[in-house]
Amino acid sequence: MTASTETLDRVRSLSQEGYKYGFVTDIEAETAPPGLNEEIVRFISAKKEEPEWLLEWRLAAFRAWREMTQPDWAKLNLAPIDYQAATYYSAPKQNAGPKSLDEVDPELLRTYEKLGIPLREREALAGVAVDAVFDSISVATTFKEELSKLGIIFCSMGEAVREHPDLVRKYLGTVVPQNDNFFAALNSAVFSDGSFAYIPTGVRCPMELSTYFRINAAKTGQFERTLLIADKGSYVSYLEGCTAPQRDENQLHAAVVELIAHEDAQIKYSTVQNWYPGDAEGRGGIYNFVTKRGACRGARSKISWTQVETGSAITWKYPSCVLEGDHSVGEFYSVAITNNRQQADTGTKMIHIGKGTRSTILSKGISAGRGQNTYRGLVRVQPRAQNARNHTQCDSLLIGDRCGAHTVPYIEVRNPSARVEHEATTSKISEDQLFYCQQRGLNAEDAVSLIVNGFCKEVLKELPMEFAVEAQKLLAVSLEGSVG
Amino acid sequence: MLEIHDLHARLTDGREILRGIDLSVNAGEVHAIMGPNGSGKSTLAAVLAGRDGYEVNQGTVTYLGRDLLAMPADERAREGLFLAFQYPVEIPGVNNMYFLRTAINAQRRHRGEPELDAGQFLRIVRAKLKLLDIGEDLLQRAVNVGFSGGEKKRNEVFQMAMLEPRLAILDETDSGLDIDALKMVARGVNQQRAPDRAIVMITHYQRLLEYVEPDRVHVLQGGRIVQSGDKSLAMELERRGYGPVEDAA
Repeated sequence: MTASTETLDRVRSLSQEGYKYGFVTDIEAETAPPGLNEEIVRFISAKKEEPEWLLEWRLAAFRAWREMTQPDWAKLNLAPIDYQAATYYSAPKQNAGPKSLDEVDPELLRTYEKLGIPLREREALAGVAVDAVFDSISVATTFKEELSKLGIIFCSMGEAVREHPDLVRKYLGTVVPQNDNFFAALNSAVFSDGSFAYIPTGVRCPMELSTYFRINAAKTGQFERTLLIADKGSYVSYLEGCTAPQRDENQLHAAVVELIAHEDAQIKYSTVQNWYPGDAEGRGGIYNFVTKRGACRGARSKISWTQVETGSAITWKYPSCVLEGDHSVGEFYSVAITNNRQQADTGTKMIHIGKGTRSTILSKGISAGRGQNTYRGLVRVQPRAQNARNHTQCDSLLIGDRCGAHTVPYIEVRNPSARVEHEATTSKISEDQLFYCQQRGLNAEDAVSLIVNGFCKEVLKELPMEFAVEAQKLLAVSLEGSVG
Repeated sequence: MLEIHDLHARLTDGREILRGIDLSVNAGEVHAIMGPNGSGKSTLAAVLAGRDGYEVNQGTVTYLGRDLLAMPADERAREGLFLAFQYPVEIPGVNNMYFLRTAINAQRRHRGEPELDAGQFLRIVRAKLKLLDIGEDLLQRAVNVGFSGGEKKRNEVFQMAMLEPRLAILDETDSGLDIDALKMVARGVNQQRAPDRAIVMITHYQRLLEYVEPDRVHVLQGGRIVQSGDKSLAMELERRGYGPVEDAA
């Protein structure tokens, strides 16, 4: 049998090795009836005891959404989504919000432990403040007190609306407006919870802020909304991890993340996305439609996105930077893996508005099985962006010959002094590389994992240490059985 | 250690490359297999190492008492069979040192030995580098990426020294090397000579044999071993070329 047929056979015979995080937590949940209309929007807002302005804001979003149609320009093949069949609110039933971890439902805490984020341990060992979003309500926010001594606000979005309404009102929707796109409008209408962080002027956040998202209840879309503000000269590094239990039907996830960096501020936002990808035949899995955008409002500010996308049946995601401030910097580092029937259409937008703005895009796409992986990126240089610079590098790696890799760069330059570079490569894991590793004693899967990790190294090194280790393991798990 | 009996192998397109190889290699011995281009030398190395793309249609290979051909390539490696590649493969982004430690620990696990931690590994690396006179910078780079031809071959010899195989097969490791690199390869091979280890050097030229004295020399031609002898055979070949040997066979 030749090497390539063997590889193909393995790819064909590959079975979903049992999604590691496919357990369901049995908790009494309070759930809205399925469907989406103004009543549901009012129900959500009332449940969350929101002020009138926010209800109006949501309703405006809903009315905008109703007039919009789902975008179809992405290279994704998906069944029509019945938005009236989904449930838009599900909250674990609890009395008053937990005052400390001791009051949190132990079942929930066990769920987090299975995910590898035992809150207590993290508290004690890692010094990571975790705002854990379980379905729709933020369960526990750790380290809040220590952070508050520095004036840092880190809490659930719901709490922020109650405790810091002025800040929320000032910034919410200023980077991603309610009517920005179909999925952002949907999120704006029904967002349930999410994380909020504010770093005051001149403060360097002493720990990594972290959120774990997890979709639990069946047929529940998760619509979290994250708002992060770094005031002048501040610095924050934010980690976001996502998992979802294994289910047969597709679940919708439409999140919005807004980042605002003022003068000389820096935001580093890292994501490891491991939503349930569906089985080998493409049944089930998360539909992940996410709008992430950061505004570099002030001069010399910097926003850096790093993402490792291994899960979801569908990924539609373009973390972007709007470089308004002069000499501001945007970065996008991405690893996206598609195996089996997974599809990803992901990339970034770098909008150069201020003078001397710089952006870097480094995208690594890996396709195995029948996975389809598209990089879609826009680099736009506005007339005022004198001496703007961009460098884009897109590398694709193919495993087997039933997968696809696509690169769709859009470049719009309206200033003659700009310098924009785009490089793209496509390669296959060669039989020679595999044999070389095997001849040194590595089995085929370890060999693939080693080669893929090497391919992604430049991106992985952008991740905070503890995340990088997790990401490496995830890469290996995602590619299990992809090669013989 | 290695018993090859009547080995026939062909490419997937049906062309028969090996046409009845008989070869016996004992522990402690160094064998040289010489022959003109296209005689089947590299095919023999590939078949022994378990590379895909060849079909063994006749014959047997016994290695340490086991049926070598029944073992997958990675298991052969973990059982102590090492192949120094004629064309070492580049693996971008993978640190050479990390690669080697992963390989060594895979083999150690297989033997039921504890894995080496970074410190233990580094101590062994330093000792071996010194023996072979190789610079440490080679180890901090990605596997074979941007290496010169000589550096790639040095790296192969270094891996051999680190992995301490039972049977090492060197596939034209001497080709394309300048005299300094050649001497380094020879030094590596000579240092690896051990009573419990066998070394098979596949080479086109007699040059390497000036620095490494083989116990046995074989001439491979047309997919068969047509002549075997001691090191004087190599010198004879150097004088008269491969042609007359074929006639003699």
